Amino acid sequence: MAASVQVAPNLNPQASPAGIMEAPMVEIEHVSLWYGEKLALKDVSMSIPKHRVTAYIGPSGCGKSTLLRCVNRMNDLVDGVRMAGIIRIGGTDIHDPTLDVTELRKRVGMVFQKSNPFPKSVFENVAYGPRILGVRSRADLEGIVERSLTAAALWDEVHDRLNDSALGLSGGQQQRLCIARAIAVEPDVLLMDEPCSALDPIATAKIEELMLELKNSYTIVIVTHNMQQAARVSDYTGFMLLGELVEVGVTRELFTNPRNKRTEDYITGRFG
Amino acid sequence: MSTAARRLWRSGEPFIWLTGGALALALLLVAGFLCLIVVNGFSFFWPHDVVRLTLTDGNTLTGQLVEREAIPGKAGQHRVKLKVANRDLYGADFQWADEASIARRDYPTDVVVMERTEWGLLIGTIKEVREAGRPVATGPAQGAAELARRLPAAAKARREIRAIEKGEVGALNHAQESIRLAMRRLESRGQAQSPAARRLEAEAAQLQTRYQERAAKLAELRARQTATVVVVADGGKDKELPLLQVLGVEAPNTMSVAAKGLHYVGRVWEFVSDNPRESNTEGGVFPAIFGTVMMVMIMSIMVTPLGVLAAFYLREYARQGTFVSAVRIAVNNLAGVPSIVFGVFGVGFFIYLIGGSIDRLFFSESLPTPTFGTGGILWASLTLALLTVPVVIVATEEGLAAIPRGMREASLALGATKLETTLRVVLPAVMPSVLTGLILAMARAAGEVAPLMITGVVKLAPALPIDGFWPFLHLERKFMHLGFHIYDVGFQSPNVDAARPMVFVTTLLLLLIVVLLNLFAIGTRNRLRRKYAVSAV
Repeated sequence: MAASVQVAPNLNPQASPAGIMEAPMVEIEHVSLWYGEKLALKDVSMSIPKHRVTAYIGPSGCGKSTLLRCVNRMNDLVDGVRMAGIIRIGGTDIHDPTLDVTELRKRVGMVFQKSNPFPKSVFENVAYGPRILGVRSRADLEGIVERSLTAAALWDEVHDRLNDSALGLSGGQQQRLCIARAIAVEPDVLLMDEPCSALDPIATAKIEELMLELKNSYTIVIVTHNMQQAARVSDYTGFMLLGELVEVGVTRELFTNPRNKRTEDYITGRFG
Repeated sequence: MSTAARRLWRSGEPFIWLTGGALALALLLVAGFLCLIVVNGFSFFWPHDVVRLTLTDGNTLTGQLVEREAIPGKAGQHRVKLKVANRDLYGADFQWADEASIARRDYPTDVVVMERTEWGLLIGTIKEVREAGRPVATGPAQGAAELARRLPAAAKARREIRAIEKGEVGALNHAQESIRLAMRRLESRGQAQSPAARRLEAEAAQLQTRYQERAAKLAELRARQTATVVVVADGGKDKELPLLQVLGVEAPNTMSVAAKGLHYVGRVWEFVSDNPRESNTEGGVFPAIFGTVMMVMIMSIMVTPLGVLAAFYLREYARQGTFVSAVRIAVNNLAGVPSIVFGVFGVGFFIYLIGGSIDRLFFSESLPTPTFGTGGILWASLTLALLTVPVVIVATEEGLAAIPRGMREASLALGATKLETTLRVVLPAVMPSVLTGLILAMARAAGEVAPLMITGVVKLAPALPIDGFWPFLHLERKFMHLGFHIYDVGFQSPNVDAARPMVFVTTLLLLLIVVLLNLFAIGTRNRLRRKYAVSAV
């Protein structure tokens, strides 16, 4: 079904070809990032609107995953990373020294390229985040687990084996479990780093469908290699090349009428 | 090289044969070793038939056939080794006889083999059973019947006497010792004349009376057992044996296979459940089993947290670099240090330094007799924990390295701190590897003898490390160990020939215990693996 969706239908009329005018959830201002001496992001600025799907496309190594990992400060874990610029989420600077990075990460969920469920039961996987947040009551946890699994369109498939190991699920189910796990803590923003790159087309379609569902409650940022996927699921698309954000705009505009020559070359397959 | 040879070489066939051959050789060695132990060990408890050899010179030898070998220097001739027992009568347990000099072999049905509390086996014919010096049954048949009737009562009396000696007298001794120590404590504070000291003295006097009562009871119990059995041994010597000393009587030549089997099971049970007798050459090895298992348990409790924490720091927190690599290499090499060196370290550090300090601080009243400042099960276990900690560190580190980065990132991305991630995600996932390390550590520790010999193992421990006296767990006590038992019985025993089968049986038992401990740990690991379904190491 999702495969038939060529371009996301409910574009906001306020969006203009020149940029994004909607109320921003995440604001990225002049962000540059170095891995040691190597410049990985060059002065990137853009805003990511609330309750929309924003996609980043671009060739491998262009910095789109790095940009994504800046938003929840996962790059902090890598030795020798230096960042300049400001990122705000809901108006708060994420590098504010009074802000605990774990608080930030609770507000910004993440789904990884390779599904990475914990070697625990399905239930414990989803309950992990709430438990970290301090939810103790079994009844509350059960409610959260059911709600999250339902939201991730997985409840019907796993409700009778919540206590089985999550590693026994199929690849697509594991990835949806990771989505359920991420939304169990009710983040504002959901980052998805090539969530379908290891999945077959049917599982991919399910996840794409899910994204369209989830954007009503969450702000979704997705990094993808697959331009068709960006076209199908996103409202806005940014094209990145060699650490630069070359062009950003409403997805349909960007794909049908790119303003930048390099964007046009990439989406028409002339390089990449 | 000819074309055919080249083709053969290129096919890889010779290499497959080479590898297969190496494996087969290794398996053969292991199988041969196990066979040797099992055959020698299992036959030990079987009631062998008693043969009477009539020699060409008219002498007779009665005993159990143990061995047959070619006579060196005389081709084609053999001699046999006979266990004739009766060490107290003739001095030697074993006799050799050249087969050429044997005129007749027969299996007399009236010969009995008696197990007794002293001097090893007694082999001979029952002459009579006496009660207070007067014969009550004469001849082998009647004697055996009378013995069978009286032995249960004698065994009961023996158990009763031992219970008093071990239990009540033991408790009295223990109480007296506590009073003595309390007195010393008062004396050292200059309160030897205080009311408290008076009370202690009164208590001690009371204990002394109770002790005398018990001693009188024991003497009476012993005096009441006046029955004896007289056995005629080979060569015509008589032996009068109090029934109290007879542990069992059997006539193997008349026993059916089923009866022998039953007897076999009984003796195996006695071996694993009883205390040793006669400087370890007879009786059981229960204290050694207990000591071995307990030592391995204490070692596991010590080594697991230490090894796991060290590995976590090395892999999770330390900045990877030259220094950490050097530490890693050092840890790996530590596993190659001779175990006796660890033993010496244990003596110097644990016993003299730590144990000595504990004694000066908490047990000064019993000095100069050391409490913790001498070898004991705690120090031996700690020494072995040091010896095996590299194994646990290496296994845990490998397990940690095998946990995908994504798993940690997933936890961090959910807002967990690094500590929460480590405790809730990494630690459970690495547990199978930890157990793998622990299995290797336990196998090594259970078989180690050298460091134990200087840190707390003894030939015969007077008491188990766990008993009924407060604080119940006595970690300072010396203990017995199966590995040391093998050495002691095999090489330090006054009667090496008689004790040799014990070496095999004890080895078998030690192997069995190692296998059981390992199976337990492997079972736990597999359960964890199923639960977490990760394929780490």
